[in-house]
Amino acid sequence: MERIYLDHAATSPMHPDVVETMVPFMTEIFGNPSSIHFFGRQSRHAIDVARETVAKSIGAKENEIIFTSGGTEADNLALVGVAMANRQKGKHIITTAIEHHAVLHTCHYLEKQGFEVTYLPVDERGKISLEDFQRALRDDTILVSIMFGNNEVGVLQPIKEIGQMLKEHQAFFHTDAVQAYGLIPIDVNELHIDLLSVSAHKINGPKGVGFLYARETVKLIPRLYGGEQERKRRAGTENVAGIVGMAKAVEIARQTMNEKASMYRSFKEKMLGIFEQEGIPYIVNGDENNSLPHVLNVAFPGTNVESMLVNLDLAGIAASSGSACTAGSIDPSHVLVAMFGKESERIRSSVRFSFGLGNTEEQIEKAAYETVKIVRRLTNK
Amino acid sequence: MIYLDNSATTKPFPEVIDSFVTVATKYFGNPSSLHELGRQAERLLQQSREQIARLLHVKPNEIIFTSGGTEANNMAIKGIALQYKNRGKHIITTAIEHPSVSEPCKQLEELGFDVSYLPVNEKGFITIDDLMKTIRDDTILVSVMHVNNEVGSIQPIKEIGQLLKNYPKIVFHVDNVQGVSKVPLHLYEGRVDLCTMSAHKFHGLRGAGILYIREGIKLSPLLAGGEQEMKVRSGTENVAAIVAMTKALRMSLEMYEEKIHHLMKVKEAWIEQLSAIPDIQLNTPIDHSAPHIINFSLNGLKSEVFVHELAKHNIFVSTTSACSSKKKAPSKTLIAMGAEPKRAESAVRISLSFKNTIEEIPIAIDVMKNAIKKLQEVTR
Repeated sequence: MERIYLDHAATSPMHPDVVETMVPFMTEIFGNPSSIHFFGRQSRHAIDVARETVAKSIGAKENEIIFTSGGTEADNLALVGVAMANRQKGKHIITTAIEHHAVLHTCHYLEKQGFEVTYLPVDERGKISLEDFQRALRDDTILVSIMFGNNEVGVLQPIKEIGQMLKEHQAFFHTDAVQAYGLIPIDVNELHIDLLSVSAHKINGPKGVGFLYARETVKLIPRLYGGEQERKRRAGTENVAGIVGMAKAVEIARQTMNEKASMYRSFKEKMLGIFEQEGIPYIVNGDENNSLPHVLNVAFPGTNVESMLVNLDLAGIAASSGSACTAGSIDPSHVLVAMFGKESERIRSSVRFSFGLGNTEEQIEKAAYETVKIVRRLTNK
Repeated sequence: MIYLDNSATTKPFPEVIDSFVTVATKYFGNPSSLHELGRQAERLLQQSREQIARLLHVKPNEIIFTSGGTEANNMAIKGIALQYKNRGKHIITTAIEHPSVSEPCKQLEELGFDVSYLPVNEKGFITIDDLMKTIRDDTILVSVMHVNNEVGSIQPIKEIGQLLKNYPKIVFHVDNVQGVSKVPLHLYEGRVDLCTMSAHKFHGLRGAGILYIREGIKLSPLLAGGEQEMKVRSGTENVAAIVAMTKALRMSLEMYEEKIHHLMKVKEAWIEQLSAIPDIQLNTPIDHSAPHIINFSLNGLKSEVFVHELAKHNIFVSTTSACSSKKKAPSKTLIAMGAEPKRAESAVRISLSFKNTIEEIPIAIDVMKNAIKKLQEVTR
């Protein structure tokens, strides 16, 4: 049976070129970048080059890039780091109800530390309103953290507008761009973003590595103390192979961004077209005209998400109920609850398909027809 | 090439890299995903956890995977401090810890904790007596490294554990980054509550480490999010690097069984030949020191220039710990041992792996002698 992987928003396969790029940094160029000898200097150089590539990809300066162990660490560093470093300026933070748990749970932690957090609601399409945001913004707001594109339903937030509104405000603007980066062009200066989180394994890079962009002017208290790596903002021997692998993935993503975005959008249309043509009931969650190209979240009324996923898995199709990190729990997705309320049937009948490297039109067609069959079987129609 | 900087980082075993590549390419699923690819990744993760637990003689649920030693140390120290701050705010550590222990301690001091730094004697050891005198009613944590990364002195972990038996409310953390597969440490016998390990110091890959957390010990997480790793450490697990680390640990421990006598012989031979050079002062204690670390001073000559001179001949040593080797500060451990600044500033560290040989020694010694001569001429 051919397995079709439609869960790229959970994690993605490494690009073969990424693997190839990494191997020499494990076998030959294995030095500790802090060592002053040749092996160390070679590793240091590789990191410098990678930093340049990463910085360029978002219009940042090299000294504004902090390599981390992944998206979760980047989010934690951004939120706790900024909150703790700026608490004399205020204790108010604004975020949204549909953030990834790496942001949400960190906000809960900050609440316990005496910060006050406003969780902006979203409408049925998953978007926050700028009026809500304007009303929530206070003189003592020190940090605004709003995700770029949502990992479960794909909706894009009005990042540019928020950036504009914060231009004259003391609050730093963080965006979790883990899902958007690599498929949506991002320029941190154009969008007035102060901090931005990225994870390599969502863009066909390795797991265990990511980065936080932090504008030069951002005051940040580190999470990890120790050696003086990453300009004292993140201690720990650098994962050189991982960092070099991520840079390669960034390079590939930049070259293929437009082509991939339009391909994934056509996959979405294809799938929905087949659902339409076969006449099964379905509702798209989120906003089709304002979403990440690779995320498609669909409710199939009358089905139950767990049976859907089990049946899809048996048919060789890997999809998901929401973010992988919460998939293990039986709690309904907090994103869908924020969009539709606790009582909505949609929170129990929605499936996320997410596209990526290796997916073909044939696979999408096959997956769509299999989905149709399963939906029919489960709803006895 | 003679690589003598294994305490900074080790060369990964080829088998370890093979494992990494296989897992990274074939089993790339997110362990939290419910579908087959996710379950495969979860199985690999679980098997790794079980195998590591077996190798360390502990339980699988006591093994937490981290991004490395620094994260594990930060997590242990800050996690315990924040968890038990209502019980007390006193922490005991030593004057010779790695920065990933001493810097978090400094951070905690800023947050109102009181940290005692145990002194070491001229050989680099703390005394149980000093520790006993330092313990207070409000002590919540004792953090002592097993093997010092700069001079290789082995601290009396078992004795500390015995002493702390009488203080059930004190949590005992051991930074074992340098000791793994070189100096045995039994976690249960040593009554160790938390123990830090780092893959790239035992021929695994960077970006993976372990924090052993004894069952029943709670700590406040450093990273919040998806609640992986029994809710203690959020973030998608680096499965490939973890599987690779498991293999590296197994292979390293097997190598310990086969080659520890060889390694000890190599170290002895090094010490013998280094001692014969008049301008060299040995800093590593002869007794109770790790089989792979040798630290010596160059009688005031500039160690950095010496390191570069050796590198020209493809011999790689280091001045002090890699993490601080960029700063030209004198060795913290040697200062704590009471060495005069001149001696502490001219320190050089050789750190071995099981793969180093006796045959390398005369070659390296020759180069070292010439380098010393050259440096003396320049300084004269």
